[in-house]
Amino acid sequence: MLIRKPTDIKPSDITAESVFLNRRTLLRSAGFLGASTLLPQAHAADEEIPAKYKRLTGVRPSPLSTKDAPNRFDEISGYNNFYEFGTDKADPAAESGRFRPQPWKVKIDGEAGITGTFDYDSIVKPHALEERIYRFRCVEAWSMVIPWVGIPLGEVLKRYNPTSKARYVAFETVVRPAEMPGQKYPILDWPYVEGLTMAEAMHPLTLLVVGVYGVELPNQNGAPLRLIVPWKYGFKSIKSLVRISFREKQPPTTWNISAPDEYGFYANVNPAVDHPRWSQASERRVSSGVGSLFASRQPTLPFNGYAAQVASLYKGLDLARNF
Amino acid sequence: MVTQRQVRLFWRPLAHLACALPLIYLLLELAEVGGLRLGANPQLAIRDFLGEWGLRLLLVTLAMTPLRWITGTPWPLQYRRLLGLWSFAYLALHFVTYFLLDRSLDLPVIIEDIVKRPFITIGFLAVVLLIPLAVTSTAGWRRRLGARWLTLHRLVYPIAILGCWHFYWLVKKDVREPLIYCGILAVLLGFRVWQARRRAAMT
Repeated sequence: MLIRKPTDIKPSDITAESVFLNRRTLLRSAGFLGASTLLPQAHAADEEIPAKYKRLTGVRPSPLSTKDAPNRFDEISGYNNFYEFGTDKADPAAESGRFRPQPWKVKIDGEAGITGTFDYDSIVKPHALEERIYRFRCVEAWSMVIPWVGIPLGEVLKRYNPTSKARYVAFETVVRPAEMPGQKYPILDWPYVEGLTMAEAMHPLTLLVVGVYGVELPNQNGAPLRLIVPWKYGFKSIKSLVRISFREKQPPTTWNISAPDEYGFYANVNPAVDHPRWSQASERRVSSGVGSLFASRQPTLPFNGYAAQVASLYKGLDLARNF
Repeated sequence: MVTQRQVRLFWRPLAHLACALPLIYLLLELAEVGGLRLGANPQLAIRDFLGEWGLRLLLVTLAMTPLRWITGTPWPLQYRRLLGLWSFAYLALHFVTYFLLDRSLDLPVIIEDIVKRPFITIGFLAVVLLIPLAVTSTAGWRRRLGARWLTLHRLVYPIAILGCWHFYWLVKKDVREPLIYCGILAVLLGFRVWQARRRAAMT
């Protein structure tokens, strides 16, 4: 049997041609024109996005976006790990209908000048929304390219005047078993908690996300507010955030509590450090449809391809031990 | 009373059809008929679907002997080979999917997987051990092997244990589903141990 080598399968073979061509044209024009609100809407026009998702306005494209072709909206919103809604990839989409993302409040506490409970608008509204097309790499060795809409987390954090004692930032997901059926079972320790070093949290790539494809976040993607740290495995990018705490000491993180030998605090994407049960050297770029059935995996890049921007954060750190 | 003719012309074809249903469903999903979809990760969807149905059919196969004891009639044994062969078909396709679609025939990576990843090692071993059972499942082989045939086919017990263990081991965190399979297997094997003891006590 003759099987084509992986390298000659280009994104253009996988994505619908119209989407692909249109995206390139628009990206190019956006590049020439500078800031433009055209881009997110352009994605949305090519995509079938259910009308129930509210369109976000004033979204600007970002030079930090990747040139890779984004996954389709139905892939991004239909294939999720969000154990609060169930452990199957289809559960979050199927089981999150009862979840109410608004009104929403976030508690900000710890080593900062300004602390308290703040509503969604007071956190998000002072900032301009950006579209960031990022690679997303799950620890389970699949990946997507996702056009997030959000704001740099660092700019938000600065407004709360973290003190010199603030060396880490801890995050917490909402607990609502009545709306999140997965939380009825102790699969993980609820609430889901995550953490970053201050330098990671302040890095310009780290995003506080409110939407995808120019519309507000679907519940299954972590509505209304989630983190995206594109150079780390997906489980670091905590969803449905209700608490941000500035800490002096490294905070506990959910998957590390659950299986410390398999998931570390840093969880940087690293093809050289395997998960104890599977290889991290390659990944499957998720793509639905029979047409991509014979597409092969692609190599995983150090820091998910963001090494040039973030590798300096880890100078002198043994990445094999601090996985 | 069911006659052999009825078994041959009706019940056995019906059993074949029942065993083929998951495969037909998978083909409909592949063809995207009637809104059926494989989802965003079709390679893994196919692989996992085939593996789960192979394991289910293996457990159903193992249920035939206890079923004979419970019902007191020999009819379940007439379906044991058929079920076992369908289980093998699903599990062989499960492996082929991994080999061909998930790993794109990348032999060094596949070998590394089999050698380095214990859950893949035991899953691979289970499928390999099923091959001699499938080959010798015919009446001719059974006659030729005589008493050794039964000994050989007792391999199905360790194979089923490996299969359930493979499932339990590969799950990231939520082991509820694999534990159900392990529980059913424990009951099916426990039944045999209990029967053997009873028989030993009677003699």
